[in-house]
Amino acid sequence: MQESKLVTDVVFLRARADHDRREGIIRAVLLLFSIVSVFTTLGIIAVLLQETILFFQEVSIVEFFTDTVWTPLFASKKFGVLPLVNGTLLVAAGAMLIALPLGLLAAIYLSEYASDRARKILKPMLEILAGVPTVVYGYFALTFITPLLQKIWSETQAFNALSASIVMGFMILPLVASLSEDAMSAVPQSLRQAAYALGATRLEVTLRTVLPAALSGISAAFILAVSRAIGETMIVAIAAGQQPKLTLNPLQSIETMTAYIVQVSLGDTPQQSIAYKTIFAVGMLLFTMTLTMNLISNWLTRRYREVYE
Amino acid sequence: MLEQHEIALSVKNLNVYYGGFHALDNISLEIPARQITAIIGPSGCGKSTFLRCFNRMNDLVPTARVEGTALFYGQNIYDPKINPVEVRRHIGMVFQKPNPFPKSIYENVAYGARINGYKGDMDELVERSLRAAALWDEVKDNLKKSALALSGGQQQRLCIARAIAVEPQVILMDEPASALDPIATLKIEELMQELKKFYTIVIVTHNMQQAARVSDYTAMMMLSKEGSRAGTVIEFGPTSQIFTKPKDKRTEDYVTGRFG
Repeated sequence: MQESKLVTDVVFLRARADHDRREGIIRAVLLLFSIVSVFTTLGIIAVLLQETILFFQEVSIVEFFTDTVWTPLFASKKFGVLPLVNGTLLVAAGAMLIALPLGLLAAIYLSEYASDRARKILKPMLEILAGVPTVVYGYFALTFITPLLQKIWSETQAFNALSASIVMGFMILPLVASLSEDAMSAVPQSLRQAAYALGATRLEVTLRTVLPAALSGISAAFILAVSRAIGETMIVAIAAGQQPKLTLNPLQSIETMTAYIVQVSLGDTPQQSIAYKTIFAVGMLLFTMTLTMNLISNWLTRRYREVYE
Repeated sequence: MLEQHEIALSVKNLNVYYGGFHALDNISLEIPARQITAIIGPSGCGKSTFLRCFNRMNDLVPTARVEGTALFYGQNIYDPKINPVEVRRHIGMVFQKPNPFPKSIYENVAYGARINGYKGDMDELVERSLRAAALWDEVKDNLKKSALALSGGQQQRLCIARAIAVEPQVILMDEPASALDPIATLKIEELMQELKKFYTIVIVTHNMQQAARVSDYTAMMMLSKEGSRAGTVIEFGPTSQIFTKPKDKRTEDYVTGRFG
């Protein structure tokens, strides 16, 4: 009796050790995969930083941020990044003018007005729109929107900021609608009931109760959308042109930071030349801009989770 | 027995359906003005559904269908010509779980008045409503603070103040103290005695002692028949009678704790 009990104990201990070893392996494998993405990000930052520092050893940082001409590919080189930033912000601003109001209205409809059935059909459809490859949007801008704009304003150039803006706006709209709808749906039903019980109409419930309560979530969606617009590449590379220009006229051809990077990486610029290194400096700036936006958006999302607690 | 009181609410042959589900079975009842009427009964017998008929909150459930009449001082609130929003401005509601808006204390109380286009002095209305809800002394120096920073009991009194600020005739209370501790519960019960001087109160409660303590009239609800899931009012009368000399055997079993 005593002996058999002892044997059982030994078997039990071995099984436990096996179990621990297996758990350990699983843990290590999972850790490895999560580290891969962290290291990828760190690697990207390291390369960007290294090349950016090399770039700024040859070009003054003051010139980079204050000069108003960007001609690194020409014989007389000028390294003022402002025209590229201008192009990026011009297109992004135009896209936001479409995506934010329409996306918010769509979210309000989906969250507060649509029947369950309508929402179940419409929301996935909206999300399909987000899955269309951006190259398709780019050609849509170039071959459909631009000719349309030329009919309205004859001075519209073949490549222009406006047509890229419009199409980008519709591309980002589902993102805004979907995230804003999530934020509004997360507002507890009890708050809506409280408002209805005080004699609020559906519009008053939406505007005075749901929207304010979901505000930080909606702002997070907006900022994420801006970040997406700034980083969007394919549409602007195809439809907005390759002329870095300090202009606010959306009918003109411009160049965005992303489109410039594409232009240089696909062209025959020698790898060691200063012209080639510009793309890392521009990339670093772009990365900083979108990272800042994402951090703000993250911070807002965290804040809004705490609101009802 | 109700002759000495004016009738605030009166339902006749009231039936409620959720889709194909029959929730309330043929209820007829008269609720006296400026009295406290308690609705008691076991879980799932439709007490909250019944309460929500009085301010048309069931309209917010897409599949809900209400048949019969519910008169509010003689006007049928289910008349197709009546705007449900208007009904809710006269018949306020306090919910089971305190649900203040994530806004300041002041803005919570002012909410209803603002959407109703109140023209008077808002500061005065907020103070008057908070005083009426016995909350003023505790919050008067912190009106700009978030309502969510208040304790559960304070939040519930804020919700009462918010309902009062719309100046309704009736206040419906759906288990208003079930999420509160005994001291906060006592405060709400004392407040109800003050409020009944001006308002008709209908309260749903699980707590029979509470019904016995606070109410003047009691409606006993139960599933209408064996095997059915539709609730109905099986007995209605002065609270003292319901708790001491109930006419229905089922009421007696329930209030004496033999079942439910």
